[in-house]
Amino acid sequence: MYDIIIIGAGVSGCAAARELSRYQANICVVDKEEDVCCGTSKANSAIVHAGYDAAEGSLMAKLNVEGNLMMEQLSKDLDFSFRRNGSLVLCMREEDRPNLEALYERGVKNGVKDLRILTKEEVKELEPNVTDDMVGALYAPTGGIVCPFGLTIALAENAAMNGVEFKFNTEVENIVKTEEGFELSTNQGVLKAKFVVNAAGVHADKFHNMMSAEKIHITPRRGDYCLLDKTAGNLVDKTIFTLPGKFGKGILVTPTVHGNLLLGPTAIDIEDPEGTNTTRAGLDEVITKAQNSVNNIPMRQVITSFAGLRAHEDQHEFIIKELEDCKGFIDCAGIESPGLSSSPAIGKMVAEILKEKADLKEKDDFIATRKGILDPKELSKEEYSKLIKEKPAYGNIICRCETISEGEILDAIHRPLGAKSLDGVKRRTRAGMGRCQAGFCSPRTMEILSRELQVDMGEITKSGGDSKIIVGIDKDKL
Amino acid sequence: MEKRELICIGCPLGCMITVEMDGAEVVSVTGNTCKRGDDYARKEVTNPTRIVTSIVNVTGGHLDMVSVKTKSDIPKGKIFDCVKALKGVTVEAPVHIGDVIVSDVAGTGVDIIATKEIFVK
Amino acid sequence: MKSYDIVIIGGGPAGLAAAAAAKKSGIDSILILERDKELGGILNQCIHNGFGLHTFKEELTGPEYARRFINEVEELKIEYYLNTMVIDISHEKVVTAMNREEGLFEIQAKAVILAMGCRERSRGALNIPGYRPAGIFSAGTAQRLVNMEGYMPGRKVVILGSGDIGLIMARRMTLEGAKVQVVAELMPYSGGLKRNIVQCLDDFGIPLKLSHTVVDIRGKYRVEGITIAEVDSHGKPIPGTEEDYDCDTLLLSCGLIPENELSRGMGVEIEPVTSGPVVNESLETNIDGVFACGNVLHVHDLVDYVSEEATTAGKNAAKYVQGSLPENSGKEIKLVPTGGVRYTVPKTIDVDRMADELTVRFRVGAVYKNCYISVYFDDEQVVHRKRPVMAPGEMEDVKFKKEKLASYPDLKTITIKIEEA
Repeated sequence: MYDIIIIGAGVSGCAAARELSRYQANICVVDKEEDVCCGTSKANSAIVHAGYDAAEGSLMAKLNVEGNLMMEQLSKDLDFSFRRNGSLVLCMREEDRPNLEALYERGVKNGVKDLRILTKEEVKELEPNVTDDMVGALYAPTGGIVCPFGLTIALAENAAMNGVEFKFNTEVENIVKTEEGFELSTNQGVLKAKFVVNAAGVHADKFHNMMSAEKIHITPRRGDYCLLDKTAGNLVDKTIFTLPGKFGKGILVTPTVHGNLLLGPTAIDIEDPEGTNTTRAGLDEVITKAQNSVNNIPMRQVITSFAGLRAHEDQHEFIIKELEDCKGFIDCAGIESPGLSSSPAIGKMVAEILKEKADLKEKDDFIATRKGILDPKELSKEEYSKLIKEKPAYGNIICRCETISEGEILDAIHRPLGAKSLDGVKRRTRAGMGRCQAGFCSPRTMEILSRELQVDMGEITKSGGDSKIIVGIDKDKL
Repeated sequence: MEKRELICIGCPLGCMITVEMDGAEVVSVTGNTCKRGDDYARKEVTNPTRIVTSIVNVTGGHLDMVSVKTKSDIPKGKIFDCVKALKGVTVEAPVHIGDVIVSDVAGTGVDIIATKEIFVK
Repeated sequence: MKSYDIVIIGGGPAGLAAAAAAKKSGIDSILILERDKELGGILNQCIHNGFGLHTFKEELTGPEYARRFINEVEELKIEYYLNTMVIDISHEKVVTAMNREEGLFEIQAKAVILAMGCRERSRGALNIPGYRPAGIFSAGTAQRLVNMEGYMPGRKVVILGSGDIGLIMARRMTLEGAKVQVVAELMPYSGGLKRNIVQCLDDFGIPLKLSHTVVDIRGKYRVEGITIAEVDSHGKPIPGTEEDYDCDTLLLSCGLIPENELSRGMGVEIEPVTSGPVVNESLETNIDGVFACGNVLHVHDLVDYVSEEATTAGKNAAKYVQGSLPENSGKEIKLVPTGGVRYTVPKTIDVDRMADELTVRFRVGAVYKNCYISVYFDDEQVVHRKRPVMAPGEMEDVKFKKEKLASYPDLKTITIKIEEA
C-alpha cells in the first residue's frame, strides 16, 4: 500500500511528486503512457507567463506569479533550460487601448513586477520585426520561455532520486474508496494508497467525478502549433502576444529556449481527450494570425507542427484541493494555461495540502539538486576532446541536425526514468528535433536503443504502445 | 486483333506506342519516333523481361545485408518467383561483386549475383 | 593542427570523383571525411540499377557504381576517415571534425571541396495536418531500413511524391512483400523517369494519382489511415475529392534539400533557387579555394553527371592549390536564367579561368513540348536547339567552348531561356 498515488506524470504530477518527495512517504506516480511528459506537458507554448492574464484574485493568478518567480532558481537546481526573455502584448487598434490598460492594471494587482505600457515606437525599437499595424504594447520583462520536457523530466528524475516510484503503461480504470484509503484498478492490476492526487490532465474530470457528487467538466481545448527552423529563431527576442480574447491568450510568436521559432496556439474545443491531431484549418489559422503580429516570418522554414490539449474546466480555474465529500482525494485538475508557468507553485501547494492531511514528516536526506544530460557543446574544445578520449561514444554523432552524440543518447537511456523509445530519446536529448525531423538519426537511434535495452529492433517504438517503427523483416510476408 | 498501348522507356521522350497484335504475333507498331522504340515495344508485348534487384542476408560481414541482382534480365512473369527464392537466403562474408548467390533462380537459367563488396567483420 | 592541401567533405559519388580527379591532377595531400561507416554515400542504399549508362556504358546498380570509384580512390592511395562528422568549417578553411578515435580535431585545408549531398523534405516541412504516429518515413529513411538493415517499415503503404525515390521504393516495398496502394503526386506530372513509372508502378498495378496530395493522417500511435485529395492549379486541396486509404505506412518523397549548414556556417553564399552554393565557372564558391559539387551544389538526377561535375571541381581545386588557377580577370559574364529556366550552375563565367569546354547545367520549371533551348550572348541568339520534351525532373545542359566565348570580349550576360516553336 502506498501512502500517496499520483495519477498523471505530466508537469503537475511530477512537480507534486518532487515536492512530496521531501517527506517520508511511500509515493508512486502512475501514467497510462510509456514515459513522463507525454500529454499536454509536451505540446504547449513553453512560456512562463508573467501573470497579468489570469483573473484577479484567482488561484491561477496567484500560482502563476509564484511559479514564475520560482522558475529561475528551480532551473538552476534541477538543470533545465529557462530564459527570462520578456513578453510583449500588442494592442492592434486604438479602440482596444482600454483593454491593454486593464491588462496592465490586472497584472499590477496580481503582483507582476516591472510591467509597463510601451508606445508604438518603443515596441518597434525593441522588436523591429513586429508589425507596424499596432499602437502600443504591454511589456512584461518577467515573462520567460522554458523547455517543457526539460522541466517535467527534471522534476520526475529528482522525484525518482528521492525515492518516488513511477509506473508507466498503467491506466487507472476505476477508483474505489476503502477503509484505509483507495483502491485503484488499473490495466496492470490493483494499486492501493492512503491518498490519491488526481493530476490526470484532460482526464482529470473522469476521476474526480468517480469520487465526488459535485461534478466538474473538462473540455479538451486544442492548440495547434507550427515550429520553425533555428534560422528563424532570432526574428523576435521577446514573446509576442496580441490582446487576449474569450478563448485564451491568442496566437503568439516566440523564440524557444532551443533557438527555434514557435507559432501558435489555436483554441478549438473538441470532444476527444486524445484528439491531438492538427487540422488544416488549425494550421492555416496559426500561419495567418502569426503573420498579423510579426512581419517576415519565413514560412518556408516550418520544420514541424503539432497540437496539445488544454484541460479547460468549465469554471476556468485551477482546482487544487481535497474533495469535501471524499477525504484523502486531492484534485490537481483544470490545469490549463498558465499551468506550465505555475507548476513549481502547484507542486508546492499539493505537497502542503498533503503534509497537513497526511501529517508528513520531512526527510533529512532530500536531494535538492539534479544534473541533466551533459551537453558536450557547452564544453570547451579541449574539454570536449578529453571527454571523447574517455568516452568515445561522445565522438560518434548520431543526430547531425542538432549535433547530438551517442554519448548523450546513452546517458538518456541509462539515467533514472531513462528513455525507452525514440520520442523518449528525442525529448531528453533533442535528437530528432532538427530540420530533417529524425530522417537521418532514427535508424541509428533505434540501433542504440535495441542494443542498450537488449530488445529486438522490432520492439523499438516511437512513443511506446503500438507505435512500433519496424513491422517485420524483409520478405517475411512473401 | 488486339491493341496494346505502352509508354516507351528508351529515352525521356516516353512515346506512347500502340501495338496491334494477332494472338501472339505483332502486326504493327505505331507511335514510336525511333527504332529503339520499335524494338522495345515488340519485346515488351511478346517477351517482357526485367532485371531484378534485391538483398539477401549476410553473416560475419561488415554489413548485415548484401545487394544482389539477376545477372541478366528474366521474364517479367517470374519476378515474384525470383524474389521468393531469395527469402531466407544467407551468405557468409566475404562477398565479392559478381559472386553467384543463387544459380538458375526460379528455373530462369539466370544467376543471382552480388553487387556489393562485403568484408569479413 | 594537421593540414592537407585538399579536404573533401563527403565520400559519396561526388567526393570520390573529386578526390580521384585532384590526385590525377598532381595533388597528393588529399583527405576525404565521411560520416558513414563506408564510402559510397547514398549509392550504398540504391540497390536498383540504372547507374553508369553514360560513364561506363553499362547499367550498374548503385553499390557497383560506387565500387568503381572507391576502387580508384584505393588504387590512388587517397586518404579517408570514416565515421567522422564535420562539425564546422571556418572562413579560413579550418575544418573541425569528430570521431571516436581522434576525438575533436581540426585540419587546416588549402582548398575545400563541399560534397555533402542532400537531405529529404520531412512531413513537418510539408505541413501535412493530422496525428504524428509511427509509420511515417521519408522514402530514403525507409530505403535505408529495407536495403541496409533488412527491416520492413510497413505492410500497407501509401506514397506521397512520384519522384524517382518514391517510385523506386514503391517497387522495393512490393518486392519485399508489402502492398503499395497508391502513389499520390502533387503536380500534374511525375517528377520521375518514365522507365520508373513503368517498372515500379505499372508492373505491379500501383495507381499513380497526379494532382493529389495527402490531407490527413490518422492513427495516434501508428499510422492507421491516410486521406488524399485532388488539388487545384495552386496546389490547394479541393473539398469533396477526399479518398481514404487504410494503411500502416506513409512514405514521403517530396523533394531533396542540399545540406548546406556547413557552407552557411563558413559564409558561403547560397543561391535561394537551388539552396546550394553560388559558384563560378570553376565551381568555386564566393570563398577562394572552396569548391562545391554534386547534390550539395544542386540536386542531380543522374549520378553520371555528379561524377562529371565533381571531376571538374577536383581538377580546379588541384589547380588552385598549385597556383595555376588564373586570377579573377575582373570581367565576369553573368548567366541569366529566364523564361522557363529556373537556375544555372555556374552562375558566372570568367573566360580567362575556364577550361577549354564548360558545361552549364540547368533545370526547367515546367514540362515543355517541342520547344527550344535558346542561348543569347547579350542580345545575339547563338543557340536555338529544338527539344521534343523537357521536364523539371530532367537536368539539361549547354556546353560552351572557351574559344567561342573569348571571341566575344565585351560579353556581359549569357541568357538561357526556353522559347516556344
